[in-house]
Amino acid sequence: MKVLIPTLLRSYTGEHSEVEAVGTTLAEVLADLDARYPGIRFRMIDEQDEIRRHIRIWVNRDEVRTLKISLGASDEVIIFQALSGG
Amino acid sequence: MNGDQTPKSSSPKPATGAVALLIATRKGAFILRSDKARRTWRIVGPKFFGHIVHHMVLDSRPNARGGRTLLAATSTGHLGPTMSRSYDLGKTWREAARPPAFAKAAEGQKGRAVGHTFWLTPGHASESGTWYAGTSPQGLFRSEDDGDTWISVSGFNDNPMYTNWAGGEQDGTPGGPMLHSINVDPRNPRHLYIAMSSGGVFESGDSGASWKPLNAGVLADFRPDKYPEYGQDAHCVRLHPAAPDVLYQQNHCGIYRLERPGVKWQRVGENMPKKIGDIGFPVVLHPRDPATLWVFPMDGGTVWPRTSPGGKPASYVSRNSGKTWRRQDSGLPESQGWFTVKRQAMSADTHDPVGVYFGTTSGEIWASRNEGGNWVCVARHLPEIYAVEAVELAR
Repeated sequence: MKVLIPTLLRSYTGEHSEVEAVGTTLAEVLADLDARYPGIRFRMIDEQDEIRRHIRIWVNRDEVRTLKISLGASDEVIIFQALSGG
Repeated sequence: MNGDQTPKSSSPKPATGAVALLIATRKGAFILRSDKARRTWRIVGPKFFGHIVHHMVLDSRPNARGGRTLLAATSTGHLGPTMSRSYDLGKTWREAARPPAFAKAAEGQKGRAVGHTFWLTPGHASESGTWYAGTSPQGLFRSEDDGDTWISVSGFNDNPMYTNWAGGEQDGTPGGPMLHSINVDPRNPRHLYIAMSSGGVFESGDSGASWKPLNAGVLADFRPDKYPEYGQDAHCVRLHPAAPDVLYQQNHCGIYRLERPGVKWQRVGENMPKKIGDIGFPVVLHPRDPATLWVFPMDGGTVWPRTSPGGKPASYVSRNSGKTWRRQDSGLPESQGWFTVKRQAMSADTHDPVGVYFGTTSGEIWASRNEGGNWVCVARHLPEIYAVEAVELAR
């Protein structure tokens, strides 16, 4: 499925803003993403499998808070950085 | 305590070559390189532009490639922490395969997550490729493959006393509670010291499998029990590399000295001028003389402004283990100099005379070629400086 990558994580994807990953849950998709782009998952997800404080993940038009959500092949995963800075 | 009783050191030969300052800032890393005379400086960077660089440390031991490994602990405002290493003094970097991370908690239990790696220390000289890392919240991690993968030092991180020792999130600094000042005894790789803000100083004699507090004599004036077994706020603890029974500590509540096998710290900061006080963040040791140390006092009064007292920045040096102190402000602003120098942002080289260096949160690097006798600003307009490590490029 399609995964949209925010600017601050594109150093992992060769600057691609859109990449492919497979899995039947968000956890599996992120694991596959990490296999393709080593290290990217830990920058978004902590060691307790929590989405980091300033990262937002959407599936299609819904923001998700857990990695256990089921996904279909036509779903689109969109990763954002929260609007904060300084 | 007097000069005659100071343990003798096995002094290394002074360095004579160029020096590099490894500068970690809130917006990237910089390397400031000197000529052999340490008179002119050239800056390179930023590396990791826009990333928060918490600490950057060059291993003094040769790595498996025959070179020296440079480690950088980084994060960003949005992303989780990571670690990178360089084999060419920062020209190219490779990200760690497994940065420090706590063990995953059992289902239904709340676990800890590393916010950032705050402190890096190379392991013992006999253990090539080993490193230690201290994190926020307080955690101790070890790498045995030159910083590529990190394992939790369970004897500390999962110790039944961990919560008592480390406290909660409210017990840390504004940047979060942190584990720092990892010191490895050069005589024994199994003998370790660590410190926490807050929590105090702890010692292990078995490579981190077990720990005991080492805080007797250290004030904690922010607690109802003023001299607790643990819970003090150690800002920076240094073990003298050539006289490893001698430790110095800059604490939230003063400057202390401990000589092992003694267990009670002596508040040598009581000998500082009363109008200056003995509050600050870094403590820097002379590479050869265990009786000489530098501090950079901060205003610890009222709401803890943590700036140079009276807006008149100065280092203070003691040549007799803290018995007396001398002010060093030549070259520094005479007024309206509201410097803040963080605990990792002051260090010394190994020349003779020793070069002493510090960085400010307002982005200036100051250098002294004569052990603090005169200060010169050698870089300015950098981002907020977190750490300055002086390293020798050649001997």
